[in-house]
Amino acid sequence: MKIHRGAPMYARRMKIRREKNRREKKLQGAHTWVRPYRKKNMKRILEKIVESVLTVSGATTGIVILLIVVFLFREGAGFFRHSEIETGYALCVNGGNPINRLTPEQIKAIFDYEIDNWSLAGGNDEEITPFRMNDISNYYTDEELGENYEFLPEKLSEIISKTPGLIAFVPEQYLPDESADVKVLAGGKLNPADFFGGEIWMPTATPAPQFGLLPLLLGTLWVGLCAILIALPLGLGVAIYLGELAGERVRNLLKPAIELLAGIPSVVYGFFGLVVLVPFIQKTFDLPVGETAFAGSLILAVMALPTIITVAEDAIRNTPQAMREASLGLGANHWQTIYRVVVPYSMSGISAAVVLGIGRAIGETMAVLMVTGNAAVIPHSLFEPVRTIPATIAAELGEAPHGGAHYGALFVLGCILFLITVVISVMAEVISKRQHHA
Amino acid sequence: MNSNLLKQNIAFGIFRALSLMVAGVLLWILGFIIYQGIGVISWEFLTTAPSGGMTSGGILPAIVGTLYLIAGSSIVAFPLGILSAIYTSEYAGNGHIVKFIRIMTNNLAGIPSIVFGLFGMSLFVNTLGFGDSILAGSLTLGMLALPLVIRTTEEALKAIPDTFRTGSLALGASKLQTIHRIILPMAFPNIITGLILSIGRISGETAPILFTVAAYFLPQLPHSIYDQVMALPYHLYVIAVSGTDLEATRPMAYGTALVLIVIVLVINVSASALRKKLQKYHA
Repeated sequence: MKIHRGAPMYARRMKIRREKNRREKKLQGAHTWVRPYRKKNMKRILEKIVESVLTVSGATTGIVILLIVVFLFREGAGFFRHSEIETGYALCVNGGNPINRLTPEQIKAIFDYEIDNWSLAGGNDEEITPFRMNDISNYYTDEELGENYEFLPEKLSEIISKTPGLIAFVPEQYLPDESADVKVLAGGKLNPADFFGGEIWMPTATPAPQFGLLPLLLGTLWVGLCAILIALPLGLGVAIYLGELAGERVRNLLKPAIELLAGIPSVVYGFFGLVVLVPFIQKTFDLPVGETAFAGSLILAVMALPTIITVAEDAIRNTPQAMREASLGLGANHWQTIYRVVVPYSMSGISAAVVLGIGRAIGETMAVLMVTGNAAVIPHSLFEPVRTIPATIAAELGEAPHGGAHYGALFVLGCILFLITVVISVMAEVISKRQHHA
Repeated sequence: MNSNLLKQNIAFGIFRALSLMVAGVLLWILGFIIYQGIGVISWEFLTTAPSGGMTSGGILPAIVGTLYLIAGSSIVAFPLGILSAIYTSEYAGNGHIVKFIRIMTNNLAGIPSIVFGLFGMSLFVNTLGFGDSILAGSLTLGMLALPLVIRTTEEALKAIPDTFRTGSLALGASKLQTIHRIILPMAFPNIITGLILSIGRISGETAPILFTVAAYFLPQLPHSIYDQVMALPYHLYVIAVSGTDLEATRPMAYGTALVLIVIVLVINVSASALRKKLQKYHA
């Protein structure tokens, strides 16, 4: 049955195809009807390929941002897995001591002799005796410790149990066994609360490195905001001049000058600040050092100017001519028109300029690194050295061992910087959108 | 009425003075660097390696390193950036995708260069195992240049009137043919200017190369893309702040700063000259 059915089917199909061919041949002319068809097909495929490449590359920026987020936050998260105490070391106290946990700041204070009584750290009223490994020679001779320090844990255990107020900072390798007399303090993991609320940044301190964000964050904001306060009036003035007053010839001179100002590398600004501004500030204000927040703010103000001027001028030029003419027609003069009509109308663009300028100032690294003196303390005045987040990363990443707590902390700083700038970008976007809806 | 006029004159006078001041600041910086650096520049300074603990010799390895990095980052950023810009301005229309891409590009442009440095170190140097190398540095700088390239290319494409697109399509050309034969050639002068300007921007960047490529002192020239190099901006930073004898290295620093400034000036001027010339040719 199947064979019988198959044969006529095949014959019919062939017949249809032949007929179709004949029809198409007639339609297209007898010669080469196959090739152009194929060529066209190839071309269409090629176009599809190119277009899909284009589509994929449209996502480039998204992919790069995604990669940045993934890698920054992965390395940053590593920070919170590290112990509060320097890696490879532990803290031991006498077994009778009720203390179970010390914060990094307390540990630092104890070993800096700033806290000398356990009651200040929440324990009994007892004097604290900090003990580091090089203090061991006060207790035992080298012979007593053995040739390869094989008796060291034993002796340490003795010292700790004899002195009730003692706290010992010892390598894990020589850690005495835990007993009724010796208690090993649990070194907690570094926690976000200490990081974000900490007031000391001393990442190489022993026994407990101090990772306090506040001095760096405040330093960054302090320098950045002061820079904007200096740059805003200047930038706005120049933007109004460029947008409203300047003639074509002045514009053609001033615009490239501002582009050039944006093009000068930040190290050159930093270098200029270092050799010109810093000595000048030191002399004028009679300071011990010229590397201050003020020097940083001045340099940053100059660096943020091009951004502010360009964005604000765009906004001013976008004010409809009809608004200006209406104002002038009502008898207002040019200046009244500018500050009553043009500036209010372009307010959202100007605010976007300010926000973008702040972003530029906060993220700037090299110039600030070179002129602010890099003292990681909470700033109290403009005329003190400060340290910003980007400068900290640039200055310390080279020395931080890969994968350590310090390394992780610098990546956390990077994440914070990243988040700040994303917020700023989005803010600028939202603010400048408002103008179009108004 | 008179007092209004007076107010206007005062306000405009202030604006004029502020503009003069900004121009003055630029001239001051340029003038200072040129004045101090011009005496240091010599054939020897440009063609020898530093010697004597950075107090004598020249900056040849740094110049060569910077050129390598410029070339490398251009190879990374230009094709990707241009393709991405063509997609957003010609294909993606005006929907949510374009909005999203634009927000991403703006964000990327706003990310501080030091964050790119961290990212480059984490991804290229450590994870992909390129080490401190031209490759890692070029990729990092390329990522940094990407938003600049995309923005300028997009603006250049946007500047072409729609009548050219519709005209070409009406004649039976496909979309790709229109882009290839009409849009790109017309936008070419502005695209090329944008590319040159973005090169100028990244040639002076220091923070991204600190941990991905820059060497403190490396008198020989690189042999492969896996070598470290010296770079001008980093060299200036190093000899400006961390020399053992700051007084003796100062002239070297002035010279390096001048070379950097000259590179930036040349790039800016040649970009605008090229734009003028090409536009004339096209018109």
